Amino acid sequence: MTGLLPGLVYVFLFPGFIFLVMYALFFESLDRKITARMQNRVGPPIVQPFADFIKMLGKEVIDVDGVDRKIFDAAPVVALAAVMTAFLYVPVLGVSPFGFQGDLVLVLYLLTIPTVVLFIMGWLSRNIFSSIGGVRVITQMFIYEVPFFLALLTPALMAGTWSISEIMLWQQQNMWFMILQPIGFIVALIGLQAKLERPPFDIPEAETEIVAGPWTELTGRRLALMHLVKDVSLVTGCALITALFLGGPVLPWAVTPAWLGIIAGFCIFVVKTLALLLVLSSIKVATGRIRIDQLNTIGWKYIASASLLQVAIVLIINYRWVST
Amino acid sequence: MPEVIVPIGPHHPALKEPVNFRVIADGEKIVRLELDLSYNHRGIEKAAEQRDFIRVLPLLERVCGICSHSHSSAFAKGIEEIMQIEIPPRAQYIRTIIAELERMHSHLLWLGVAAHEIGFNTLFMWTWRDRELVQDTLEEMSGNRVHYGMNEVGGVRCDLTPHQVSTALERLPFLEERIYQYVDMVNDQQTLLLRFKGVGKLTREEVLKYGAVGPTARASGVDYDARRDDPYFVYTEVPWNVVTDTNGDVYGRTCVRIGELRESANIVRYCLENLPKGPVRVNAPKIAPEGEIFSRYEAPRGELAHFIRTNGTNKVERVDIRTPTLANWTSVAMCLVDQNLADIPVIVAAIDPCLSCTSRITLINTPGGKPGIVTFDELRKRGQTYCQEQGPP
Repeated sequence: MTGLLPGLVYVFLFPGFIFLVMYALFFESLDRKITARMQNRVGPPIVQPFADFIKMLGKEVIDVDGVDRKIFDAAPVVALAAVMTAFLYVPVLGVSPFGFQGDLVLVLYLLTIPTVVLFIMGWLSRNIFSSIGGVRVITQMFIYEVPFFLALLTPALMAGTWSISEIMLWQQQNMWFMILQPIGFIVALIGLQAKLERPPFDIPEAETEIVAGPWTELTGRRLALMHLVKDVSLVTGCALITALFLGGPVLPWAVTPAWLGIIAGFCIFVVKTLALLLVLSSIKVATGRIRIDQLNTIGWKYIASASLLQVAIVLIINYRWVST
Repeated sequence: MPEVIVPIGPHHPALKEPVNFRVIADGEKIVRLELDLSYNHRGIEKAAEQRDFIRVLPLLERVCGICSHSHSSAFAKGIEEIMQIEIPPRAQYIRTIIAELERMHSHLLWLGVAAHEIGFNTLFMWTWRDRELVQDTLEEMSGNRVHYGMNEVGGVRCDLTPHQVSTALERLPFLEERIYQYVDMVNDQQTLLLRFKGVGKLTREEVLKYGAVGPTARASGVDYDARRDDPYFVYTEVPWNVVTDTNGDVYGRTCVRIGELRESANIVRYCLENLPKGPVRVNAPKIAPEGEIFSRYEAPRGELAHFIRTNGTNKVERVDIRTPTLANWTSVAMCLVDQNLADIPVIVAAIDPCLSCTSRITLINTPGGKPGIVTFDELRKRGQTYCQEQGPP
């Protein structure tokens, strides 16, 4: 980063805070619209999530008896801060200006924070549905987190770097990891779907079983912020997979002038994240909710094995061709 | 986690009607279940005793919003037997058509609800869209979507025009195509199979022991259907089969219902094509002779029974309604034990419960705070003591 002002613009205006919030809410409305059309419904208007967000910010916050208010107020903010920080390290306009060796690991851990926050809120709600939901959140996290991490770390193994931006540049010179590591790509998509608690992994907030799970006691701005956290996680997750598997927001050849390249890269970013959203929405529409014990079996038996297989394949390729 | 009590209902997103389960769960496993069914006692049986036969039919139709035709048919069928009148064949056919259309819309609705309970909302939206076709047909025939009001003592209220018959026949092929798609979906959709297979299993012996009826019983291999075993309307003339299954779980119940959808479509087609000519109503006497009748009817949810006693006036002395949901509850409570907490909604939904139709008593808190049944005498005594305490006005 060349100066303070561009840095602040990047963090707060574009593609940071303001843009991210707008894009996330737009993502949600598009997700709902796609789902609705596939289910033969009309669906909400595009502005619905924006309206909901603003409305919920102004609604009364109801405190549950005996719940620590401070933690309850702070938790959504912490979760939001975590995912928003994670987004700064994901390439949007060419490489990320804040990127460093190891930002991949940081992003993965920052993306885990909302899940933990959700568990804490569920557990603290002193509501039986929230408690069960909270336990399910954490159980589910233990199931999908390992394969998800392994799947996202395999590009790093092959590219030989821990920086998301450098992995992206490696793909620019060689080939997309989606083609090189198809198993890892699929596992990453499944893991992202599970992380975002979308069907078939919406076990923690299974409406017909435990009302809204950890979300049950959330009201007003807490609920608004947690919805925003979910939307931002969706964008960040899609952007991360775009950068790691789909070549990121760069053209495969150099463009002059540089600003044209950045604009083209941004368009590519939008197209690729929306394509991923379409895939994730299709999974959501095409499945029902599985049970937590079934997820345990599937997760550890097949998804974890698949990701380990991918790691093994990458290690063999590295040993045989890349390192020599 | 230690044992916890999970209260489900009377207000819960999974429930469309008020019921209360107190599920005692050990982590995600169900240990025990306590049920409270009666939140919606409407005194409909008592109200039926106050009205003459013409006005009692619309009332009984309002016992249920889904199987409305079933209740009025069961009553009309019984009272006609007491009066010893034979209704014309065209009326029989029309009653059968409405009954089977009702079965179709009920089963399509059920399929959607069951899919919704496992979070598979796409199937829910699709079946409810296709259900509209059936609803449209019913609306064209009767003028109404929910309470058709087709039955009258002595026949049906209105005749079918040739135009109504032809539009209904035109809709059937598309509907059948959709039903075949649901057959494929139920057999291929992995998440659906994961959640339906082996869940809420009932053996044939258990079904007979707990007295389950309808698709719940037929899914466990009990070959019983009131339409065949105690025939009424024109079910003896129409070619059709009783659908049974041997799985005994939610999957089996789904298969039975989808099979019945196909059978119903065939019955409706046969009846529409072979609709006899003639009047649709005979003049029924205002007064029924003294008598008792136990009228059985295969409602979409299972065997519905109306016990009717008349005393030679234009009103019934007693009408007792046993809805299929009541017969199925025990089996639900039994097969929930040792199941997963997540399976409660789908197991409960698998019997297609109709709770408000089932409520026959209401529980009131006594001064001691314990729930119990207040008898009429007790209520009377309480009123007397209250008035005595108040003194003269």
